[in-house]
Amino acid sequence: MHLPSYATPLERVWHYVFLTLCGATLLFLIVPVLVVVPLSFNVEPYFSFTKGMLTLDPKAYSLKWYADILDNGTSGRYASGSWDWFKDVWNNAQWVIAMKNSFFIGIIATMVATVLGTIAAVGLSSPNMPYRTLITSLLISPMIVPVVITATGAYFFLAKIGLVKTYVGVILTHAMLGIPFVIITVTATLQSFDRNLIRAAESLGANWYTTFFKVVLSLIIPGMVSGALFAFVTSFDEVVAVLFIADIEQRTIPRQMWSGIREQISPTILAVATILIAISIMLLSTIEMLRRRSERLRGITTT
Amino acid sequence: MTMVAEFAATAKAPAPTGPILAADGVPLDKKLAQVTRRARINAFLLVAPLLAFLLVFFVAPIFLMLRLSTGDTVVSTELPRTAAALRSWDQKALPDEPVYAALVADLKDARERQATGKIGAQINYVYSGARSLFVSAGRSAGSIDAPYKQALIDKDPLWGDPTLWVMIKTTSQTTSPINYLNAVDRTLGPTGAVAQVPEDQRIHVTIFIRTLWLSFIVTLLCMAFGYPVAYLLSHLPLRTSNLLMICVLLPFWTALLVRITAWIALLQNDGVVLSTAVALGIVDPANRPQLVYNLIGTLVAMVHVLMPSMILPLYSVMKTIPPTYVRAARSLGATSFTAFWRVYFPQTLPGIAAGGLLVFILSVGYYITPALLGGQSGVLISNFIELHVSKTLNWGLAAALAGLLLVAILILYWLFNKIVGIDRLKMG
Repeated sequence: MHLPSYATPLERVWHYVFLTLCGATLLFLIVPVLVVVPLSFNVEPYFSFTKGMLTLDPKAYSLKWYADILDNGTSGRYASGSWDWFKDVWNNAQWVIAMKNSFFIGIIATMVATVLGTIAAVGLSSPNMPYRTLITSLLISPMIVPVVITATGAYFFLAKIGLVKTYVGVILTHAMLGIPFVIITVTATLQSFDRNLIRAAESLGANWYTTFFKVVLSLIIPGMVSGALFAFVTSFDEVVAVLFIADIEQRTIPRQMWSGIREQISPTILAVATILIAISIMLLSTIEMLRRRSERLRGITTT
Repeated sequence: MTMVAEFAATAKAPAPTGPILAADGVPLDKKLAQVTRRARINAFLLVAPLLAFLLVFFVAPIFLMLRLSTGDTVVSTELPRTAAALRSWDQKALPDEPVYAALVADLKDARERQATGKIGAQINYVYSGARSLFVSAGRSAGSIDAPYKQALIDKDPLWGDPTLWVMIKTTSQTTSPINYLNAVDRTLGPTGAVAQVPEDQRIHVTIFIRTLWLSFIVTLLCMAFGYPVAYLLSHLPLRTSNLLMICVLLPFWTALLVRITAWIALLQNDGVVLSTAVALGIVDPANRPQLVYNLIGTLVAMVHVLMPSMILPLYSVMKTIPPTYVRAARSLGATSFTAFWRVYFPQTLPGIAAGGLLVFILSVGYYITPALLGGQSGVLISNFIELHVSKTLNWGLAAALAGLLLVAILILYWLFNKIVGIDRLKMG
């Protein structure tokens, strides 16, 4: 991206216009995510920077919205930090319940999606797979079909078999929505997988069980993990299916944020958002580490 | 292994006669067919559990839901005699006495089953006022004497409206186009001909057009701003581009609700953007423009949410384009614009198609962003489907709207498959 010395004046101007445009777009992408973080420490219940915050007055900042995450819904009878208070928070605080639900539903749905998706991806990458394009399109379609349609269909169907307003119903729907991501990432990993290794293992006397677990699985694990992370994020982020299918008992974090935004918008939501941003930074770093590791293994050295 | 050995042996044998045999005496081509078939079955068996799961929990439910769009069985089962009598009605004039007599008989039975409200509600979706009409007619059905036609019309002149009878007829059929007609702001007139609904009730076509138009604008904006960023990222040294990539990937990995919250914090009336603009004197504090809870809010947030889905496919395509082509063009005398437009740009078309179609498909079905940021003027078709499913409970109409949206999405998906190829879809 260096400007060559022979560039014409017009090219020079365009070069800087181009860089400004790119910079503005990148700022447009990242600033909204980052602006939430300082706002969540605002002592006032507003969504904007106060004078005190801009002059870095310590009195303008507080952790009260983070405390509110823990206190909202508790009895308030116990002193903070005591064992009884902790039990109260764990069992009654709305955001804590939502957090537990989100992780529970997310982890089980991810396991279902990853196991089914990985096995299917192995079959799909076999050169002998019949109707491959058709079946792949079908398996990817939960990502393409609008969630409202998927959720409405699932709602009517689950209501018929008595699974609406249950954890099982929400988990199955979330697993469905996460499956395309597992299929895509695992198939992509399998594309660079040398199928001769399977033949080698078989010719050396390994049964299919040993071949799969010792040879195939150990090589596609990075793809599987990143697929699983995508599936988990899909579930962790999902609100439409929860709106349709879940009851108050299965309320997840996005569902809680949804009603927070609709009903009483308070900076507590910003504090929750900040925690979620921290979680997504962790996930992003994991994915990046996995990507670098698999590139290193395949002999593509970077940096 | 044995096959190969056997083949080598037969090849060496002098003047082989008859088909080449495998080790177990089966002809080699048959053996190959057997082995391939077994491999095909094995591959399919691996996919089968997931396929079954999706067919049961995804495909079948959507089909069952879409079935609701072509009519409900409530009217035909609750008013069996009327439905049968109406089958031969030619819709030219009001039905004759036998039809009215059948209706009164049906209503008497329905009243005993306490079903008149249910029937009325079903017809009420396509003919407003039908609910109270049926409930009150059911109440007095026992005391009405022949001639029933005159008696019913005397009770309520609506019974003399041919449109009502057209609606009773169409809802009593097993497949009726009425929900699809309503979904495009049409209805059936007094003679059964298709007509537009009254002007103040025309809403769905506007929403469909708004959805498509907004998706198009979102795709265009994502392309216009995403293309330069993808170009920059693919041409910078890896260390710098990895760093800048965070700006694209972090929003991508951040929960949607978090990004929406952020946009509310930024755009609302006393939010960051307007407060800054007022402080800088750009905006008159007494007359702040509305930036959120309308179409602008939906548009800005959708561009923000979908931009990474455009940048990432473009980036992965641009990464594979060798820089030598543009250099060759320049050394042959092309200006930088010509080299870009004639040599570089055509090579990025697969990325543009992939990103553009993906963004368009995703934005056509958007629900959460318009629901939270859209206010009145920013709602899209998905919000209407939800409205009819959970508020008006007009499931037939919701299913018809969903059916139309699904057809549009599947056409785009087919295009995506055709142009880009489903196996080119990559994540992250």
